[in-house]
Amino acid sequence: MISLSHYLVLGAILFAIGLVGIFLNRKNVIILLMSIELMLLAVNMNFVAFSHYLQDISGQIFVFFILTVAAAESAIGLAILVVLFRNMRTINVDDLDKLKG
Amino acid sequence: MNFQDILFYIFSAILVASALGVITVRNPVNSALLLVLAFVTCAGLWLLLEAEFLAIALVLVYVGAVMVLFLFVVMMLDINLDRLREGFWKWFPFGATIALIIVAEISMVMMGKYFGLEEMPIPRPHDADYSNTRELGRLIYTEYVYAFELAAVLLLVAMVTAIALTLRHREDKRSPNPSKQVKVRKEDRLRIVTMPAEKKE
Repeated sequence: MISLSHYLVLGAILFAIGLVGIFLNRKNVIILLMSIELMLLAVNMNFVAFSHYLQDISGQIFVFFILTVAAAESAIGLAILVVLFRNMRTINVDDLDKLKG
Repeated sequence: MNFQDILFYIFSAILVASALGVITVRNPVNSALLLVLAFVTCAGLWLLLEAEFLAIALVLVYVGAVMVLFLFVVMMLDINLDRLREGFWKWFPFGATIALIIVAEISMVMMGKYFGLEEMPIPRPHDADYSNTRELGRLIYTEYVYAFELAAVLLLVAMVTAIALTLRHREDKRSPNPSKQVKVRKEDRLRIVTMPAEKKE
């Protein structure tokens, strides 16, 4: 039988994968954004699992709002990425040191 | 082990494998497609948890809009992959160790008795006429209506921001300016010159 801990551990594994993705792909902004999406997905998984096992649908409302904010975040992030590439011809994080002075 | 348990393990295996693929494959297009697979699989898991509306919304909004946007951007940019992959394997042991420690720590808390089947038994499945969408809508438009309006404003702000960031006015563009066209007066452009008539020789 699948208990709540199964879903929570699955969420933890997903979250850890997203975190390691940020460690490993520190130069590629696109993969960084995708790793953030993975971490948000892990959090949403926990919300939905708790909502199911506690029989309280409010958890799903929170997932709804997290989806909204995540969509807005990735849209703005990609827009910034496009402007960045247009101006500097690169998305390497190491090259983004214009503000260093 | 009933059918739902088998489904859970299959979906979880695909989800973890595709999430690992997202962060390790070389080509960003492939990682975007693997992320699509992860979202679809996650929607399947949410269906098992009786969150039907959110499962469909995840596929429609995330796979249909956000990931397509990701794919557009990835394909539009001409990036040098070799420079972006520098230091990937150098940091791999460190990152993997951190991930294992995080998973072990969270698991030690989550596998405890408080989240097991004794404290949190599997709830009775809803009746066939139960509508998840109706319940969500009832809550959103009553208790959470203020947050819902704020979310709408947030999406509007995000849309305006994305357009304002990426819109550019090119200097060499030739296009008609209707407001200037309307304001044109005859006196500014047309000069009538009276000239004496010439005689034919």
